[in-house]
Amino acid sequence: MYNFNYHRAGSLAEAESALAAAEDGALMAGGQTLLPTLKQRLASPSDVIDIGAIPELANIESAGGAVTVGAGTRHADVAGSAAVASAIPALAALAELIGDPQVRNMGTIGGSIANADPAADYPAAIVGLGATVNTNRRAIAGDDFFQGLFETALDEGEIITSMAFPVPEAAGYAKFPQPASRFAMVGVMVSRGAGGVRVAVTGAGPSVFRVGDMEAALAGNFSAGALDGISVSADGLNADIHGSAEYRAHLVGVMAKRAVQAAGG
Amino acid sequence: MASVSLTVNGEAVSAEVEDRTLLVQLLRDHLRLTGTHVGCDTSQCGACVVHMDGRSVKSCTVLAAQASGADVTTIEGIADGDTLHPMQQAFMDNHGLQCGFCTPGMVMSAIDLLKRHPGADEATIRRELEGNLCRCTGYHNIVKAIRQVATAG
Repeated sequence: MYNFNYHRAGSLAEAESALAAAEDGALMAGGQTLLPTLKQRLASPSDVIDIGAIPELANIESAGGAVTVGAGTRHADVAGSAAVASAIPALAALAELIGDPQVRNMGTIGGSIANADPAADYPAAIVGLGATVNTNRRAIAGDDFFQGLFETALDEGEIITSMAFPVPEAAGYAKFPQPASRFAMVGVMVSRGAGGVRVAVTGAGPSVFRVGDMEAALAGNFSAGALDGISVSADGLNADIHGSAEYRAHLVGVMAKRAVQAAGG
Repeated sequence: MASVSLTVNGEAVSAEVEDRTLLVQLLRDHLRLTGTHVGCDTSQCGACVVHMDGRSVKSCTVLAAQASGADVTTIEGIADGDTLHPMQQAFMDNHGLQCGFCTPGMVMSAIDLLKRHPGADEATIRRELEGNLCRCTGYHNIVKAIRQVATAG
């Protein structure tokens, strides 16, 4: 990897000023995506600003019908959180499926969604649970956050601080992992709550997306059988050596049913 | 350059390194602790696993500067003098290694997994070893070794 200037930010304010002062700065939380990217020389930031050790970014709070997870919370800490497990067990289960134990010990939820990998797990949770993404400047609805392949609504210099997940009545996540990388070939988060039914799919397309036909069917009958006969078009879905677009479209139906079953439907 | 100060196997160490230096490079090239291996260098194989503040991490995917201030334990730091750590002894007892390249990472991951899953059953051990690859495919005896420690505790 090319060399860079490393800065460790002790607070959000320090991170903001280091980022503003850098010629071409990159934020790093756990580094589990950024460091492999730098090693491959796919990026060459002038400065790397480490926000992985900022205490104010690593809290989990459960209050007022929502679970708020600090952006710097490690996957292992989401998976192991009693507050998350009791309020939204599907979110804890999703975190437990990311990467491997060592990656989960470093990687963070904020880093994952800021990167917006099309096959990452957390985007399905943000959209499928109807979460809100809080930054140092504003609150962004989860539905508006992901805008395409590695594209988000974040502006220059904007830093994610936390994610607020409304507690659903029921939710389930099902993932078909790519066996080598453990990223999602297809992952589906299904939830039922105050905001209605949500079905969010990661891994299949360039970015996470909702399936309106499935949401409508589940709103009337929250059971796996309600999804019989509903198919997702393969148009525009991802295709690679691991699976065609048609294969992924089929997997969306299979994973959606499993997610509903995991949600108790 | 980055000034890093950390504790490695109970001893305070300091070094001046390039900002891009990885933790595994600090351990191997600067501190000459070559028990921690580099296999894939892409955070997949787990040969480089060490403990940082009590958690297993892949030291090829952590900057030395990120580890500054941390308490790091490597494979060299787990035995008690000439007495092997129970996990090392179990790998020996069960022939849990063939070429030995993956062994330091396997042992460090295994110690961490039993801390989080005391008495882990075979399925849990196999799932938890997802981030460690053995190119000799000697998984069966590795799992037996870890089960020996899990059931002894």
